[in-house]
Amino acid sequence: MISYAECSARERLAKLLDPGSFHEWLPPAERVTSPHLAQLGVPFAFDDGVAIGRATLDDRSVFVAAQEGGFMGGGVGEVHGAKLVGLMQRALRDRPAAVLLLAESGGVRLHEANAGLIAVSEVMRALLDVRAAGIPVIVLIGGANGCFGGMGIVARCADHIVMSDVGRLAMSGPEVIESSHGVDEFDSRDRALVWRTTGGKHRWLTGDCDALVEDDVAAFRASAVAAIDASRPLTLAALEEEHALLSARLHALPSDTAGRDEATLLWSALGFADAQQVPDLSVEAVRALRAIR
Amino acid sequence: MQWNSLVTQLFGPYHGMRADGDFLRGEVMFEGEPLTVIGTTNHASIGVRLALAQARAVLDTVAQHPGRPILLLIDTQGQQLRRRDELLGINRAMAHLGASIDLARRRGHRVIGLVYDQALSGGFITSGLIADACYALPDAEIRVMRIPAMARVTKLSEEKLAALSQSNPVFAPGVQNYVAMGGVRALWRGDLQACLRDALTHTPTEDRRAQDGAERGGRQLAAAVVQRVLDAA
Repeated sequence: MISYAECSARERLAKLLDPGSFHEWLPPAERVTSPHLAQLGVPFAFDDGVAIGRATLDDRSVFVAAQEGGFMGGGVGEVHGAKLVGLMQRALRDRPAAVLLLAESGGVRLHEANAGLIAVSEVMRALLDVRAAGIPVIVLIGGANGCFGGMGIVARCADHIVMSDVGRLAMSGPEVIESSHGVDEFDSRDRALVWRTTGGKHRWLTGDCDALVEDDVAAFRASAVAAIDASRPLTLAALEEEHALLSARLHALPSDTAGRDEATLLWSALGFADAQQVPDLSVEAVRALRAIR
Repeated sequence: MQWNSLVTQLFGPYHGMRADGDFLRGEVMFEGEPLTVIGTTNHASIGVRLALAQARAVLDTVAQHPGRPILLLIDTQGQQLRRRDELLGINRAMAHLGASIDLARRRGHRVIGLVYDQALSGGFITSGLIADACYALPDAEIRVMRIPAMARVTKLSEEKLAALSQSNPVFAPGVQNYVAMGGVRALWRGDLQACLRDALTHTPTEDRRAQDGAERGGRQLAAAVVQRVLDAA
């Protein structure tokens, strides 16, 4: 078992895809870097924190991107974002069996904030084009930095999300919320609370991710292989269904929770018995809860 | 600008638009044609509830009025920074809003964004930035973060960021910089009805922002990098 969380982006690509099949576009040797970071006097990376290319997965042709959380938390800047957009546009043109996004990002890279914000919205539009063309976009989330900010939105635009229990998917990070509304609103050092709010088990129980796996590269691979034909077209009917689900969830959580844990209350409201046990259960046991509810 | 005076300028005094808290909605007539207007006011922070309210209005228009243009009026301080919204999956609600607008575009609705007051990060990404194109009033404000907050997160000094933001549109707040980067297609000055008429007629349906950013000199790499990926061996 190899920890997905502890791998770098390139290690994930090497171990998750068919051996030796990854062919990179705009590799580090081409030195497509961020001029804005250089202007700020901040270290830059020769791949601007994301590796993109084509590969095979279980002998199927896929396009793939992997964000490097170790470089600026995987933040999306102008070049990083444009590489993702280019990958999506190329997928639209060349029609691989699927597009894999190994997401690990804090969202917009604040060092080049405006360009990053526009870039994330361009990624969103390009991804939705790929999805509308019937090419499934599969997002894998299990890096130590999680998948936050604009990338948390991008992830939810995809056809399919695979998460590990250590993975996190959300919008604003706990530190940002704590600095904005205080430690009573969100104690970012309370790891159990952070995971109950954003972690893989929670996202699995709410259906925010489609597969929950162990923190293991092989498990991510198997789950990605299983999802390769999982195209889910965004029709009006599908969006009405999504709307009903999100509205029901909003109303399921009481507005006054009287000091009780909100995550536990929400899981109970969604029909999971013994909700307070969830954080202590194994991945396998939590996975089974959705089947027996 | 106040939303009421904006829509009065655009659609006359009997526009019929209503505010429900921070949420704006109306079916208005513009030059004899019906138009759906959806928006937010009071620098709304966009939480799950407000994202869903906007998505509802978009989906209603798609279901009941095929092809009717949609105008998004943007005034937001960004996403709601609350643990409860995170627990409820605010990123999923915002993605749902974005996907609803995207569906409307695909089904032939023109979707025009207009930043009439303030637009920040998360609240903007699934409204104006996912429309066919986004416009802004000249005195509107667009940014990701204020400079002191940026300084905290980036661990760079406020003085350095303030100085750099004078010259590089990439980190300086301001609508003119968003125009230069292609994120805002144009500013609406003078006759706002003429601006809306022109936007409804001439807004491209494909995403031209990277090319615009390159041509205008505010975002010089994005379009070229996309092209390099398309051409790579």
